[in-house]
Amino acid sequence: MEKFTSHTGIAAPLRRSNVDTDQIIPAEYLKRITRHGFEDGLFAAWRKDPQFVLNQPEFADATILVAGPDFGTGSSREHAVWALQDYGFAVVLSSRFADIFRGNSGKGGLLAAQVDQSVIEQLWLAIEANPATQVTVDLVERQVRAEGITAPFEVDDYVRWRLLEGLDDIGITLQHADEISAFEHRRPAFAPVTIGT
Amino acid sequence: MGKTLAEKVWDAHVVHRAAGEPDLLYIDLHLVHEVTSPQAFDGLRASGRPVRRPDLTLATEDHNVPTIDIDKPIADPVSRAQVEALRTNCAEFGVPLYSLGDAEQGIVHVVGPQLGLTQPGMTVVCGDSHTSTHGAFGALAFGIGTSEVEHVLATQTLPLKPFKTMAITVEGELPAGVTAKDVILAVIARIGTGGGQGYVLEYRGSAIRGLSMEGRMTICNMSIEAGARAGMVAPDETTFEYLRGRAHAPTGEEWDAAVAYWSSLATDDDASFDAEVVIDAASLSPYVTWGTNPGQGLPLSADVPSPDDAADEVERVAIERALEYMGLKAGTPLRDIQVDTVFVGSCTNGRIEDLRAAAEVLKGRKVADSVRMLVVPGSARVRLQAQQEGLDRTFIAAGAEWREAGCSMCLAMNPDKLAPGERSASTSNRNFEGRQGPGGRTHLVSPAVAAATAVVGRLASPSDLTAA
Repeated sequence: MEKFTSHTGIAAPLRRSNVDTDQIIPAEYLKRITRHGFEDGLFAAWRKDPQFVLNQPEFADATILVAGPDFGTGSSREHAVWALQDYGFAVVLSSRFADIFRGNSGKGGLLAAQVDQSVIEQLWLAIEANPATQVTVDLVERQVRAEGITAPFEVDDYVRWRLLEGLDDIGITLQHADEISAFEHRRPAFAPVTIGT
Repeated sequence: MGKTLAEKVWDAHVVHRAAGEPDLLYIDLHLVHEVTSPQAFDGLRASGRPVRRPDLTLATEDHNVPTIDIDKPIADPVSRAQVEALRTNCAEFGVPLYSLGDAEQGIVHVVGPQLGLTQPGMTVVCGDSHTSTHGAFGALAFGIGTSEVEHVLATQTLPLKPFKTMAITVEGELPAGVTAKDVILAVIARIGTGGGQGYVLEYRGSAIRGLSMEGRMTICNMSIEAGARAGMVAPDETTFEYLRGRAHAPTGEEWDAAVAYWSSLATDDDASFDAEVVIDAASLSPYVTWGTNPGQGLPLSADVPSPDDAADEVERVAIERALEYMGLKAGTPLRDIQVDTVFVGSCTNGRIEDLRAAAEVLKGRKVADSVRMLVVPGSARVRLQAQQEGLDRTFIAAGAEWREAGCSMCLAMNPDKLAPGERSASTSNRNFEGRQGPGGRTHLVSPAVAAATAVVGRLASPSDLTAA
């Protein structure tokens, strides 16, 4: 995983609350068995509407998504994170993220940064007034910055550390292989197995 | 101070704990299906890692399998490729798999419990958000993403941050005709789709204790729709009776040891929850959703709400948008809403008791001419049992379609879909835009309400029906 320290780019305003993962990527796109190439499924239904924000040329190069509250609810599909990344997003800003989506983001290297809804409103106004506004999301300082706006964001300490270092979770866990084996010896005899009975 | 059920199960699974790091938890059961696993197996292959415990892993084909002609190759080439990838991966990594056509195939969340693999005090994960279902046994069970699937395959553990606990206490007796589905729809309407975020919910109170395991599974299943990754019910005699004699349940002395342990798991009297919601069971009635998220639900006797009822601007926009998508007018009685499709099935309501409830309503009645009704058992085993009980004949006589097991129209990854603009009453768990097919409109209901709606052609409860 690549290290994430700070990101600056164009931000797209998504003025919707409760953006569920079925909207982020509909189930029909989940049949693929590859890890990349999900950009065409991102917000597939909404993108059929010419007025949809991502269809506006000024937001074609957006790398930061500024969304309403409760982003990423619903299905656990990690494809939602992959679709956002494949499309070109590096950061999603929202005042509240669904737990599974937030977890998936951290693992995939997409920064889900939580800010106050008032900051979301300020950003929406700023980028709608001037779509070329450069927004910086600084993971080192935990700060969102744009012209006239400086605001802190919340991100889990451990996720932040992993993103800053670009570390792979499985590698970290396997450093504790001895402890896992020791735990397995302590498990109760009645615990079920799926092979045999 | 005492501990809650969730805290006890968590603490019993900590492999590694250090300040500033998430706890590393051991996973007792990992369920796998075709949609969220191919990239995880690929990851293992790329890094040369084996599956650490294939004997604690079980795979089944459910999300995109067809529910007719299952003896023929899957027609959709993309679905077929995904199912075939699962078969190849399971063979290569030694993971047991119940394939289409096997008597144990079905929706993962129906299969685990019916085999007796889901037991109290366990940690259960699956790359599917409705893994919360298994919490009905007093297991800590939650959905994970594909990276986490790979992590569990490789290590049989997961690094997890502690959660908060919320008690949802439903006290009193449920009125006649009010089911577990109505309880959970009412809970979600009350606390909202984000209300449970960061929490494990523990459902408590006499109304919950009075429910069967099937009913408890329906409730825990939809914890995720309230924003919580997991929901739990303390194990009791109802739980033990359900498990006794099942294929993977302990026997003999091990059974006694297990029951003694399971009995120790209930939340201590002096434990405290971070939040508590109390619901009066007697105040509940059949619930139905009118909008495009599961929190947009109301009693069936209510009217479609108006944007003017909203508490704030965000909610006003959400109601407006939902009404537009759903093609509904504020003030319309919910009972006046006509549907063209009724779906009974899913990991929420695809178990034997759900099919019995729907069949009970349909007995001696006919599905309205304007309605197509699909009955999709949650597993091949449920299907067999229903046939032994003659439920299939009731459904067919009423004019419903009796299908093979799978996720089916809950998420429309197989050919069972709504056409654009079609409206369903569905016993599934999500009424999101396009969930049951692009442009489809979904009203979430209980199996009894689904069956009554099929007869009337409009949203209805069994009490609306004249005697058969």
